Amino acid sequence: MSRIKQRFADLRANKRTGLVTYVTAGDPDVARSAEILRRLDRAGADVLEVGVPFSDPLADGPVIQRATERALAAGTTLEKVLAMIAGVRADISAPVVIFSYANPILRMGLDRFVTEAKAAGVDGVLTLDMPPEEGEAFRGAFAGAGIDTIFLLSPTTSVERIRRASTLGSGFLYGISRLGVTGVRESLDDSAKDLAGRVRAETAMPLALGFGLSRPEHVRAVGQWADAAVVGSALVKVIAEHGQSAGLLDEVERYVQWLRS
Amino acid sequence: MSEAANWFGRRDPDARGYYGSFGGRFVPETLVAPIEALEREYLAARSDPVFGAELLRLLLHYAGRPTPLWHAERLSDACGARIFLKREDLTHTGAHKINNALGQALLAQRMGKTRIVAETGAGQHGVASATACALLGLECVVYMGTEDMRRQALNVFRMRLLGATVEAVDSGSRTLKDAINEAMRDWVARPADTHYLLGSALGPHPYPLMVREFQSVIGKEARRQILEQTGRLPDAVIACVGGGSNAIGIFDAFIEDKAVRLIGVEAGGESITAGRHAARFAGGAAGVLQGTRTWVLQDEHGNIEATHSVSAGLDYAAVGPEHAWLRELGRAEYFHASDAEALDAFQELARLEGILPALESAHAIAYVRRAAKAFGRDAVLLVNLSGRGDKDVQSVEQILEERRRVAD
Repeated sequence: MSRIKQRFADLRANKRTGLVTYVTAGDPDVARSAEILRRLDRAGADVLEVGVPFSDPLADGPVIQRATERALAAGTTLEKVLAMIAGVRADISAPVVIFSYANPILRMGLDRFVTEAKAAGVDGVLTLDMPPEEGEAFRGAFAGAGIDTIFLLSPTTSVERIRRASTLGSGFLYGISRLGVTGVRESLDDSAKDLAGRVRAETAMPLALGFGLSRPEHVRAVGQWADAAVVGSALVKVIAEHGQSAGLLDEVERYVQWLRS
Repeated sequence: MSEAANWFGRRDPDARGYYGSFGGRFVPETLVAPIEALEREYLAARSDPVFGAELLRLLLHYAGRPTPLWHAERLSDACGARIFLKREDLTHTGAHKINNALGQALLAQRMGKTRIVAETGAGQHGVASATACALLGLECVVYMGTEDMRRQALNVFRMRLLGATVEAVDSGSRTLKDAINEAMRDWVARPADTHYLLGSALGPHPYPLMVREFQSVIGKEARRQILEQTGRLPDAVIACVGGGSNAIGIFDAFIEDKAVRLIGVEAGGESITAGRHAARFAGGAAGVLQGTRTWVLQDEHGNIEATHSVSAGLDYAAVGPEHAWLRELGRAEYFHASDAEALDAFQELARLEGILPALESAHAIAYVRRAAKAFGRDAVLLVNLSGRGDKDVQSVEQILEERRRVAD
């Protein structure tokens, strides 16, 4: 059983809402990114999503765009992200999911990426601009290496495509709980609950819901409809605010513990 | 009266929107449903005679089509071949962009959308979109990089006069690519009431097909006109290529005429070194950007490279996927012209023919000036003069002034 499947099975067995965290790799720099992953794991994150910075993040809002710019300015590349994951893998228990746009992976070459990701201990890959219709080569290569392919679902995704994503994908499904780019929102949209209901009617595959969550009550609310809540932009904001301070890691840990409260 | 509709559907990509190995639909999940709906609606509209008749009515009586084909005799004498200019600069709003803007705005209206978002580089597509929206009573929001707003200040004012909101984009290189990112982000957030009126033959399927078909009126008219005026097909059809909509629009009618060379001219900028040009076929590699697989200027890590061109409309890191395919097939050839060559061509066309071309179109003229002699004095060269240069007068003046100062 993959590390991701095991983690979601444990969450269900313990009737616990999982917390999936997203950070942009290399923000504020690669070395501190590695430390952030260790702290997230220690603070109780259940799945660590690691974003690969890309020059044209068209699915991302301003918070992650800025993080991407900081990471690129710090010289972060896909190769360095994989090396960083390899360096922390032994210290963390949570599964690691690479979150990337297609082009950096294509440029590295799919075969080389799969080999290096496998060696680094990457558990899953979500390619933002690679819907199931385009993603067959990626999916096949990942499956061959025992890496889960995570697909996105949105409020506009049809039932037929929910089925396709649950058949072709593995590990878990990532539901976008509202329309738009990534970013922090104060309250949860009804569309989150609706989407979860439509997914639940089609598949028993674990579901993580995200896009816009920032508070412990959001995490608890999502727990009523899904296996896990994803917190991305809000965490990236914490990193942005404390990136230059010595207290960065403590702030990250405190924020994740608060989300868990 | 379904003349418009018969130009459509002759050369479709495969069912997934691929031209060979180029094209496709690489979009975030939220965009899949709206883009599938767009494809369905477009395919229905293009075979609907009512839609075709309405589009034709707008093209003829509003946009001023057909545009003339002008035998540029003084330019021909100076260059050493028979040069004919397809005068897209004479359309309403001054560039070929209006052909596509009217088509997509009509389609948006048919789909019940009330709001249009568009990106613009040189501002010509923004002006065309704002114009079509004013005519059809649609709300219009145009995203434009701040660097382009500076270069094309006149067009910013024109868009605002036409009732559009111009949103400044201050991310990335602050040019066309970043404006497209922002327009897509807007569309992702509110697909229910909004249509994204993409201005070039780029992006996810069905955009490259749809934009080409709306622009194919250029080649359809030009082929008939060149036969009327010269009694023969041209030796070559030449057009500048940013995203490539004016080029694909004029090439389309000649694809089956195998003896006619199809030549695209990219922006060579200052020199073919990373960040200083926009010649994708000279310095790029296959990749995925903004929804499509095509030739892209990128670094070794897959990040998109900065581009440069004196013309905002050619200053873009990727090229329409059908151009990548035509090049791979050997059906079309691509060259580049530098900033300096384009500026010289701009001035020469003004002096010899009394026509101020857009700096984009001046790249096609620049290629002709360089290559005409090799074709020979009797050769017929058909050049798409995609837009007029009024918008560029101020920046050309500044550049020439700067040159004079350096020379002194």
